Amino acid sequence: MEIKTPEQEIQRFRARVVVAGLFVLCGFGLILARYAYLQVVRYDYYSTRAEDNRISLLPVAPNRGLIVDRNGVVLARNYSAYTLEITPSKVQNLEDTIDQLADIIEIQPRDRRRFRKLLDESKNFESLPIRSRLSDEEVARFVARRYRFPGVDIKARLFRQYPLGEVAAHAVGYIGRINQREMVEINDDEELAANYRGTEHIGKTGLEQSYEKELHGTSGFEQVEVDASGRAIRALARTAPVPGNDLQLTLDIGLQRVAEQAFGERRGSLVAIEPSTGGVLAFVSTPRFDPNLFVDGISTENWDALNNSPDHPMINRAMNGAYPPGSTFKPFMALAALETGKRAATTAFHDPGFFVFGNNTFRDDKVGGHGMVDMVKSIVVSCDTYYYTLANEMGIDLISDFMGKLGFGSRTGIDISGESIGVLPSQAWKKRRFKTPAQQKWYAGETISIGIGQGYNAYTPLQLAHATATLANGGVMFKPHIVKYVVDARTGQRRVIEPTPVADLGFKPENLEVIRKGLIGVNLYGTGARAFAGAKYTSGGKTGTAQVFSLRGAKYIEHQVHARLRDHALYIAYAPAEKPTIALAVLVENGGFGATAAAPIARQVMDYYLAGIKPAGAVQDDAAAETEGTGD
Amino acid sequence: MINLSDLRGFALRFLRPLDPFLLAVALAIVAVATLMLESASPERLEAHLFNLAIALAVMWFMAVQPPQRLHSFALPLYVVGLVLLICVAMFGDISKGARRWLNLGFMRIQPSELMKIAMPLMLAWYFQKREGMLKVRDFLVAAVLLALPATLILKQPDLGTTLLVLSSGLFVIFFAGLSWKLIVPVGIIGVAGIVAIVSFESQICAPGVEWPGLHEYQKHRVCTLLDPASDPLGKGFHTIQSTIAVGSGGMLGKGWREGTQTHLDFLPERHTDFILAVISEEFGLAGVIIILILYCLLIGRGLMIALNAATLFGRLLAGAISMIFFTYAFVNMGMVAGMLPVVGVPLPMVSYGGTALVTLCLGIGILMSVQQHRRRK
Repeated sequence: MEIKTPEQEIQRFRARVVVAGLFVLCGFGLILARYAYLQVVRYDYYSTRAEDNRISLLPVAPNRGLIVDRNGVVLARNYSAYTLEITPSKVQNLEDTIDQLADIIEIQPRDRRRFRKLLDESKNFESLPIRSRLSDEEVARFVARRYRFPGVDIKARLFRQYPLGEVAAHAVGYIGRINQREMVEINDDEELAANYRGTEHIGKTGLEQSYEKELHGTSGFEQVEVDASGRAIRALARTAPVPGNDLQLTLDIGLQRVAEQAFGERRGSLVAIEPSTGGVLAFVSTPRFDPNLFVDGISTENWDALNNSPDHPMINRAMNGAYPPGSTFKPFMALAALETGKRAATTAFHDPGFFVFGNNTFRDDKVGGHGMVDMVKSIVVSCDTYYYTLANEMGIDLISDFMGKLGFGSRTGIDISGESIGVLPSQAWKKRRFKTPAQQKWYAGETISIGIGQGYNAYTPLQLAHATATLANGGVMFKPHIVKYVVDARTGQRRVIEPTPVADLGFKPENLEVIRKGLIGVNLYGTGARAFAGAKYTSGGKTGTAQVFSLRGAKYIEHQVHARLRDHALYIAYAPAEKPTIALAVLVENGGFGATAAAPIARQVMDYYLAGIKPAGAVQDDAAAETEGTGD
Repeated sequence: MINLSDLRGFALRFLRPLDPFLLAVALAIVAVATLMLESASPERLEAHLFNLAIALAVMWFMAVQPPQRLHSFALPLYVVGLVLLICVAMFGDISKGARRWLNLGFMRIQPSELMKIAMPLMLAWYFQKREGMLKVRDFLVAAVLLALPATLILKQPDLGTTLLVLSSGLFVIFFAGLSWKLIVPVGIIGVAGIVAIVSFESQICAPGVEWPGLHEYQKHRVCTLLDPASDPLGKGFHTIQSTIAVGSGGMLGKGWREGTQTHLDFLPERHTDFILAVISEEFGLAGVIIILILYCLLIGRGLMIALNAATLFGRLLAGAISMIFFTYAFVNMGMVAGMLPVVGVPLPMVSYGGTALVTLCLGIGILMSVQQHRRRK
C-alpha cells in the first residue's frame, strides 16, 4: 500500500463517507419499503388479523325448553346454581388441586370419581364441574381463596331438573353431557356446530332426545374484546339467544302416577292412548329410574346399580320390550276372520278342549273344553281351540297380512326414537330370520299357536295399545304421539302437533260390532269380569297370559315355576265402549294370569281417567315431589 | 446579584460545546421516546426521565472532553473490557441461559456493553497510531483486535451485542481505508449466504441439523424468522404479533394509545425492543417515516462531523459512531418488521432502557466533542 499525503487521506475518507451515507440511505430505503409493504399493501390483511386477535365471539347458550304434561305440570325445567369447575389444561397437578379444594369445599369421593369420568370423556381445554350446587357460604369461601387456584373457577349455570323424579322417566328421558361421538356428529353439520358451541348438554333418551331440536333453541353470541391471555376486557355487542321451545305433552301425569303406582314392585308396562287422536295418555315402564342422576354425568355406583339390576330399569319396556301377546291377540284374530270372510261370527262348533294337528295335540286351558262356542263366546271365555282351528284355516299369510295392517311388527311412529318393531311372524320373516333352508321353511303346525298369540309372536306394549286404539276408533289409525303442543317460549304461541291419521283400515261396522260385543262381554261376565265389577262405565277388554317357557304339555302350576319363568300377564281394553276415549295395553312381566295381575291395573287407570276415582293409598303429592331435588 | 448578561454568558458557555443541530435531533428523538413510553408503559415514565437526565449529563460530559483525552483512554478501556469479558467467560453469572453478567460483589455489570464504545475507540486509536504508514498487516491486527471480544461475546451467547460490536469495529476498518478488493468479495459472499439460507430454509432448519458455531436457540431464531408460522406460540409469536401490529397501523395509525396489539398485550416487549411496533401501530407509516428522517439527520450530521474532524482518530471515531446508530436502527427496525431475527437490539434512544440510552448519548457526546475540536479551514 503506497504512502499517501494527508490531503489524499482526507480525499479517500470523504469518498468512504459518501459510500457509507449511500449505504445508510439504501438500508433505510429497504426498511421503508418493507414498512410501506406491510402498512399499505398488506394493510387489510394485517388489520383483519389484529381484529381477529382482539375480538372474540363467545357463545351464549340458550335456555332449554320446559316439558309439561297436558295440564301444565312441570316434568323438566331448569334451575340456576353455582358449580365449581376446573379447566384441566390450566392446572399443573390435578390431584393436588382437588385435595386443596377439598380443604375449603366439601368434595366427596364420588365427586372425584365423577370428575375422573368426565375427564376421560372430555377434551382438555373444557372446564369440568367437580362440585355442583354450591351453597352461598361455599361460594364465598372459594372466592376469598381464588388466587390460590389458577384454572379453577365458580360458574353460574343452568341445570336440568326433573322435579317428579322417576315419574314418566322413560317418556321424558334425560339430558347428559355431550360425548365425543355426539360431538363428531354435531361438528359434521356446520350450522349445528355453530349453534352448539356454548352448549354442554344434549338430550340422550326419550322426548329430551327426540325433540332436541325444539328444546335446544338458538345460541346467542357475545362479541367481546379480549387480551392476549384470552381474558375478556369489555363487551362490544351481543346477540341474545333464542330460548328453546317448551313441550306440552298429551300425557296426563295424574294418570301416569296412578298407573305407575298400580304396578307396585312389579315389572311391566302400560301404554294408554286416546283413540281419536293417537295422543298418548300414559306411558309406563317399570321399574323406573331417576333421570336427575344423569344430568351431570352419572356416578359409577349409580350407573352400576341401574345397569346390573336384574330388573333392568333402564329398558323402556313400553317400546323396547317385545312380548307374545297371548290371548289379547284373539280379538284381532277374530276381526281378521270376519274381514277376510274365513269364518262368520255365528259359526259355532263344539270345543273338545284340544285340537289335534298331525302328531301334535294343542290343548285348551280348560280341560274338557268350553262346549258350543261362537265368535263372541270365543272372546269372552278365551277359547283356545276356536283360534287353533281359525289360524289353521286362515294360514300364516292371511294372518300376517292382516296383523301387519294393524301395526303389528312395524314401528308405530311414536315421537320417541329407538322403538322396536317386535316380531310379526310370516313366511318372509322366517326366511330372513333363519339361515338353513330347513329352518327357513314355514310349517303349517307353527301357524296353530300363532292363533292364540303364542309362537313367534312378539310385540311391544305400545304396538298392542296402538292396535287396540285403532280397533276402538273403528279402524281409523292415528300415529301415537306424546307431544301435544310445541310452545314458543317467548310468545307463548302454540304449535299443535296435529293428530295424523295413518290409515283407515275400512273395517266393516258390523264386524267391529261383533268384536265389541265380545270385548264388553269379557269385562261383564268373562275373564275380566272380576276386575271390572262395579265399574261406572262400559268397557271392552281382553285378558292374556303369555307363556315365557314351554312346559311341553305338562300342567302349569304357578308356585312351582321359577319367578322369572312365570307367564306374563297381559290385558288390553278400551272405554267407554260406546265411544272410547281411552285404549290401553297392560303387561306385567311374570305376573301370571292376565285377569288377576294385569286387568286390575287397567281398572285403576280407567277409573281415574273416566270417573276421577283415585285409588286408595295412592300418593298424589306433587308439592312433595317438587322439593325432592335432583336426587344427585 | 446575578445580572441577566451573566446568566446568558453562563448559558452560552454551558451550551457552546453542544452541537445545536445534533442536540436538536437527539432531543426530538427522546421526545418521541417519551411520548411512546407514555403510551406503551406509562408507569415507567419516571424511571425513563431519570435515565434521560443521566444520559444527557453523560452526553454533556463527553462533549466537553477534548478528543485527545478519549485517545489516551482508548487502550486501557479496551484492555479492561477484554479482561472483564474473559472473567465473564470464566465465572460470570448465568441468566436466561446466557453468561453475560459479572458479579463484582457490590454490583453486576455487563462488560459487553462497555465494548460497544471501547471497540471503535481502540481501533481508531490503533489506526491513528499507524497513520501514514498503514500496511495490510495493520488490517490483520485490527481484525484480531476486533475478533477477540466479538468471539467472547458470541460465546456468552449474545448475538445482538456481537453484531453491534462487530459492526462498530468493521466501520472503523472500512473508514480507515480497507481495500475495496476485500470489501466487495466479502459483501458478495455475505449476500449470497443470506440468499442461500433463505432458499434452503426447509433443509437447514430441519430438526437435528446442527449449525457450526451457533447455539440451538440462535438457529431457532433464524429459522422462526424464515418461517414464523412454524412456531406461532413460541419464538414466532414475537415476530407474528409485531408484524400484525405494524401492518394494522396502516398509513396514519390507530392513534396514540389506541393500538390494540399494544394495549391488549399481544405485542411482547412493547416498551423495549418492540417500541417501533407501537409507533407503527399508533402512528402508521407516517410515524415510521418521521423516525427514519430523524435517524437520517442524526447519522448525516455525524458523518459531516467525521468529515470535518481534525485528526484521523476523530474522523474514524465519529464515522464509526454515526454508523453504529445505523446498525442499531436497521437491525431493530428489520426485526420489528419480521425481516431480521429477534436478536435483542433496541431502537436507538427510543427503546426504554437506561444502559443503552446512556451508551448512545455518550456516543453523541463524543460526536459533539469531535465537532468542537474540528479542523479549522
